[in-house]
Amino acid sequence: MSVSDQQASPARLAIPELLIGVGLLACAGAVAWQTLAIPVSPLYSKVGPTVFPYITMAGMIVLSLLLILAAIRGGWQPEEEKETPTDWKAMGLVAAGLVANLVLIQPLGFTLASTVMFVLICFGFGSRHPLRDALLGLVLALAAYFGFAKALGVNIGAGLIENELNVLISAVFGGKGS
Amino acid sequence: MDTLSHLANGFAVAFTPTNLLWCLVGTTLGTAIGVLPGLGPALTIALLLPITYQVAPEASFILFAGIYYGAMYGGSTTSILLNTPGESATIVTALEGNRMARSGRGGAALATSAIGSFVAGTIGTLGVAFLAPTVVKYALKFGPAEYFSLMVLAFITVSAVLGSSSVRGLTSLFAGFVIGMIGVDLQTGQPRFTFGTAELLDGVDVIIVAVGLFAVGETLYMASRRYAGKDEIVPLKGSLYMTAAEWARSWKAWLRGAAIGFPIGAMPAGGAEIPTFLSYAIEKKLSKHKEEFGTVGAIEGVAGPEAANNASAAGVLVPMLTLGLPTSATAAIMLSAFQSYGINPGPLLLTTQANLVWGLIASLFIANVILVVLNLPLIGLWVRLLKIPAPQLYAGILVFATVGTYGISQSPIDLVILYLLGAAGFLMRRFDFPTAPVIIGMILGPLAETQFRRAMTIENGDWTVFFRHPLSLTLLTLAFIGLAGPHIWAWIEHRRRRGPEHVPGDA
Repeated sequence: MSVSDQQASPARLAIPELLIGVGLLACAGAVAWQTLAIPVSPLYSKVGPTVFPYITMAGMIVLSLLLILAAIRGGWQPEEEKETPTDWKAMGLVAAGLVANLVLIQPLGFTLASTVMFVLICFGFGSRHPLRDALLGLVLALAAYFGFAKALGVNIGAGLIENELNVLISAVFGGKGS
Repeated sequence: MDTLSHLANGFAVAFTPTNLLWCLVGTTLGTAIGVLPGLGPALTIALLLPITYQVAPEASFILFAGIYYGAMYGGSTTSILLNTPGESATIVTALEGNRMARSGRGGAALATSAIGSFVAGTIGTLGVAFLAPTVVKYALKFGPAEYFSLMVLAFITVSAVLGSSSVRGLTSLFAGFVIGMIGVDLQTGQPRFTFGTAELLDGVDVIIVAVGLFAVGETLYMASRRYAGKDEIVPLKGSLYMTAAEWARSWKAWLRGAAIGFPIGAMPAGGAEIPTFLSYAIEKKLSKHKEEFGTVGAIEGVAGPEAANNASAAGVLVPMLTLGLPTSATAAIMLSAFQSYGINPGPLLLTTQANLVWGLIASLFIANVILVVLNLPLIGLWVRLLKIPAPQLYAGILVFATVGTYGISQSPIDLVILYLLGAAGFLMRRFDFPTAPVIIGMILGPLAETQFRRAMTIENGDWTVFFRHPLSLTLLTLAFIGLAGPHIWAWIEHRRRRGPEHVPGDA
């Protein structure tokens, strides 16, 4: 199973894989720091709340060292994955869409924030019809808001559009819709 | 006999109009998300978890089970027509199924896969109904030590034995443990891993983790890979009816697939990859039409693995319902739905929640019937779903991801955690770390910890208890063999071939 991984012909240090191993080691450090911060009552000293965190930490240290070792031996990425260039522009646009959603969801409400995100992600994936996407995003977000959220009884951030529509719906259905 | 009367009772629960409706909604939704690449049953059930606050447990589990089974049916359609396996279990279906579609026999491939799924799903569900009470009899004898060791075995099999690397699988599992420990320790009331923030006291919701890893991470990955080649949909040609020869070649493969899939799924190891690959290998060996494998596509190579996949999906429900032991990401999320109702899945579930369990099992039979109807005469509808362009599909997935996450507590902090997990999910996808062990680790980790501490408290802190109980020792030994066995084997092979001077390590 894992045996085929190490067959890289000339073993060269793989930087991305090394960073992942080091990152995991840092996570193990954070786990250690947080475990030390758990107050332990002497009553539970035998099998208290820190036993499992310590086991987890030990496991993470061993695993990160094994990952670093694998990285030094040339990493484990398959060739085709290494050769495909990362489309940073597309990823950046998707990330921008996510951040825009995060920033706008409180001031503008769910629907408008989601529409902005929808347009940016579509653009990132290569769609070149922002207006059509905006309309589609708006319809989908409204459907998600009224269908999904209302049906599940989940309360998601209402903004301008939602409030107007809620007022409209209560006016039409005599208050049952809200 | 007992099982039959319980089952009759279950059908009485499942045949109420509302529950039938839930089953119909679940199977339809399940087929749709199975067909759509990028959406899976784990993500969908996670997004629908809030429904557990609204409806009776029977209704939500019938819905979830319909989604679970439906996704299997839908996934094979995508594999056959698009050659993009939605999930690892349908990789094998794509091998022969897509070749059949390319040589104009897509209709027969879809038919054998749907009917095979029905046959195997029904056999598998029968297996659940008859095996579950037997497993419960043994499970009632389990103490905390045995439970803990069983969970260790499950941890090892889902993360280390299945998948491409045991180190990366275990890394995912341990990441899940850390996420699962965030929040207040239930036994002592101490906050753990909260970094001093109040938001983390309640822990991280499984919805956020599933959505982050499966929706946000997947979208980022697909965006980064946009130039890696586009898939084309093979137009559906040929009739949906199988010829007599095709029936003759299919039915044995269905039965063999079900016979392989169910037992492997029902083991506390789970996973649909091993049974599907095994079934494929067997069909290839037994087939009288070996020349069709890998060329024009052999119907046995679709029928067997599809049956194995569905039977093992049913098998996974056995440890889940009898031991509270989920062995797939979807089962882990269903377990958290049980917890949301305050129900503890375990050996007592079958007696204390008889209506729920038997209603669920009965609804699975009904779901299979609905699904074969949905997926054969209505196949054209699902093919149309495949034509949704990628930009709008992924953007839409993220809109629903936001609804599901932001709806939990209307806190932007949740969105920040979601995006961080999404970035982690992207890296995991990019560097070949499996994501399912994270979900299993975060749900099952705290349960394992509880059993561990319970066992230790009973024995006054003497950890040898895990090795003194024979059953517990056996389970731990099996776990050790699962972890170390392949490496020892590889090492012996290596020595035999190249001589003793070079010692390979583990990657």
